[in-house]
Amino acid sequence: MANILFLVDHDGSKVAKTPGELATFAKRAGSAIGVILANNGAGDALAAQLSGTEIDRLIVVENDEISKHGIAAAVSALAQVVAKEKPEALLVASSARGKEIAGRLALRIAGGVITDATDFRSDLSTTQSVFGGSFTVNAKVKVGTPVITIRPSSIEAGVASAAASIEKFEVSIEAKDKTVTISNSQPPVKGGRPDLTEAKIVISGGRGTNGNFAEVEAMADLIGAAVGASRAATDAGWYPHTHQVGQTGKTVSPQLYIACGISGAIQHRAGMQTSKTIVAINKDPEAPIFDLADFGVVGDLFAVLPQAREALKAKRA
Amino acid sequence: MKIAICVKQVPDSWAEKKMVNGRLDRESVDAVLNDLDEYAIEEALRIVEPLNEGKESPEHTITLISMGPERTTEAIRKGLSMGADGGVLVSDPALAGSDAVATAKVLSKVIQDGGFDLVFCGTESTDARMSVIPAMLAESLGWAQLTFAGSVKVHAGAKSVEIARMTESGVETMSAAFPCVVSVIEKINEPRYPSFKGIMAAKKKPIDTKALADIGVSSGEVGTTGAWSEVLEAQPRPPRDKGVKLEDSGDGGTKLADYLLEKRLV
Ligand SMILES: Cc1cc2nc3c(=O)[nH]c(=O)nc-3n(C[C@H](O)[C@H](O)[C@H](O)COP(=O)(O)OP(=O)(O)OC[C@H]3O[C@@H](n4cnc5c(N)ncnc54)[C@H](O)[C@@H]3O)c2cc1C
Ligand SMILES: Cc1cc2nc3c(=O)[nH]c(=O)nc-3n(C[C@H](O)[C@H](O)[C@H](O)COP(=O)(O)OP(=O)(O)OC[C@H]3O[C@@H](n4cnc5c(N)ncnc54)[C@H](O)[C@@H]3O)c2cc1C
Repeated sequence: MANILFLVDHDGSKVAKTPGELATFAKRAGSAIGVILANNGAGDALAAQLSGTEIDRLIVVENDEISKHGIAAAVSALAQVVAKEKPEALLVASSARGKEIAGRLALRIAGGVITDATDFRSDLSTTQSVFGGSFTVNAKVKVGTPVITIRPSSIEAGVASAAASIEKFEVSIEAKDKTVTISNSQPPVKGGRPDLTEAKIVISGGRGTNGNFAEVEAMADLIGAAVGASRAATDAGWYPHTHQVGQTGKTVSPQLYIACGISGAIQHRAGMQTSKTIVAINKDPEAPIFDLADFGVVGDLFAVLPQAREALKAKRA
Repeated sequence: MKIAICVKQVPDSWAEKKMVNGRLDRESVDAVLNDLDEYAIEEALRIVEPLNEGKESPEHTITLISMGPERTTEAIRKGLSMGADGGVLVSDPALAGSDAVATAKVLSKVIQDGGFDLVFCGTESTDARMSVIPAMLAESLGWAQLTFAGSVKVHAGAKSVEIARMTESGVETMSAAFPCVVSVIEKINEPRYPSFKGIMAAKKKPIDTKALADIGVSSGEVGTTGAWSEVLEAQPRPPRDKGVKLEDSGDGGTKLADYLLEKRLV
């Protein structure tokens, strides 16, 4: 049976939502083998969080040099796992780090690379949504072991009752992969809200909030949404850069995207136009965001949002 | 110090991009210098300008490197008008349809032959948006990778670079000795507009156009035939259904709530 390896994404202590998704994709083509790259002593606690997923085997690599030296060190460790397991394909969740690891690894193990797939099939072919969602592309790696990054939330993770077997694997990182030294690392400030790229609903605020995100956040909390922002809002320092949606921010594709006081510049659209349903609230009837919106309200977000919130609460009660 | 900047010519952001035979149709659209590459140029200029101040001939130079069709010279010219010193364009019919692996091979060959200390890139192109080329250059050159920089400090004397890497995973301070590949995000600066003087000066700056044979890469390693990945099929997505737009006349919020509930979106 074919082995499909995938990298388990985590922040050092907590695993992301993506490993379960990648396992479900991997199962289509063979057995799902997760690789955890962790600091010494941190692997077991991470592995324990993956129970209930469709992972067949977990390979735990514990080595402090990986978090100290960045992408090249992670690539070195993964290449050693690949050399041992000889998988049919390697999957990584799409993120800045995931894509860079994939690109370098592809060169190192001499395989083709595909990024931002939204589907992965048993014949190892993929689907990508390109040019802001205006084209759907089916592609396949034809040389070497395919290295494929998959967008978070592209599939509902399957559940399984059998626990994955866990094995430790030793790697040694060569000097050439330790040229970069990370001296300080600050995790993103996370509120209690869902993660932007993983959320089913995203509500974003732009320049139209005038720096006041209270209404946007109150609505987010009522409907369980993640909060996003346009670049105008992050540039002004009204919301952290990590929440920026768009070409140079995050790409989101939730079931519902609500744009509040956002004009709909091309760079913003690039990060949200594949959302299933788009709602816009904007004072300007000519705002380009309305071209995309399934439902648009021409009005003041500070009037529309609180009223909608009250109405939702009333109808739910 | 010799700095190379990889710049890509891409379709204008507003242009409607189409796939023809599994490839981006670059012919029918207006082409521009990739947004983020302007930020890379600006950052490199800010590094060398103070060092070159008062010097007869600049000791620290910036060379723009690109792979693309012949008209990519327009994008290079734009970068030269901002202040870069010269350009190298690798252009060859055999390159059409190249994948990321081939692109990395070609660019790193030019970089290797040029004897550079640093390479700057944007973090992402606006057309293919893979965000992999800078990391792949670091891999194939065997150089240190300092990517997604929101700020860059170059210590020319100590020959080292420190950046703040800014991504969804937070902010990391990282450093490395020359040679390094640096990629920048748009938070790093505000690129200048070319001045009239800059535009005039750019007309006289050299752009060295090379074919594959000139850089010693064989045509079998690149283009559609040399690609390690292939497009099987590309379909335009059906257009979005036209939505509802209503004027808020006091009940916009209620109507929005009704819509969300009716469509079972919340
Ligand atoms: C290289 C580059 C990369 C970029 N990357 C990104 C990116 O990743 N993400 C991104 O978002 N942008 C990005 N941009 C910036 C982008 O071009 C726009 O400038 C930005 O998206 C505008 O943000 P905005 O819509 O919030 O502001 P504006 O365009 O100023 O729009 C504000 C809107 O709010 C409306 N409004 C005002 N008050 C109210 C109110 N009380 N109620 C309702 N509506 C109101 C106005 O009618 C207006 O339509 C990038 C630009 C460049 C050059
Ligand atoms: C819609 C689409 C999807 C694609 N998908 C894939 C895929 O899945 N796998 C694959 O292998 N190839 C793919 N390609 C081909 C790929 O776009 C090219 O190989 C490309 O040159 C590298 O990817 P990028 O533009 O996304 O670069 P990015 O990694 O996003 O670019 C980052 C930076 O690298 C530099 N750079 C990138 N290209 C050049 C260049 N030609 N000249 C100079 N500097 C450059 C610039 O500084 C740029 O800012 C795709 C192309 C398209 C149009």
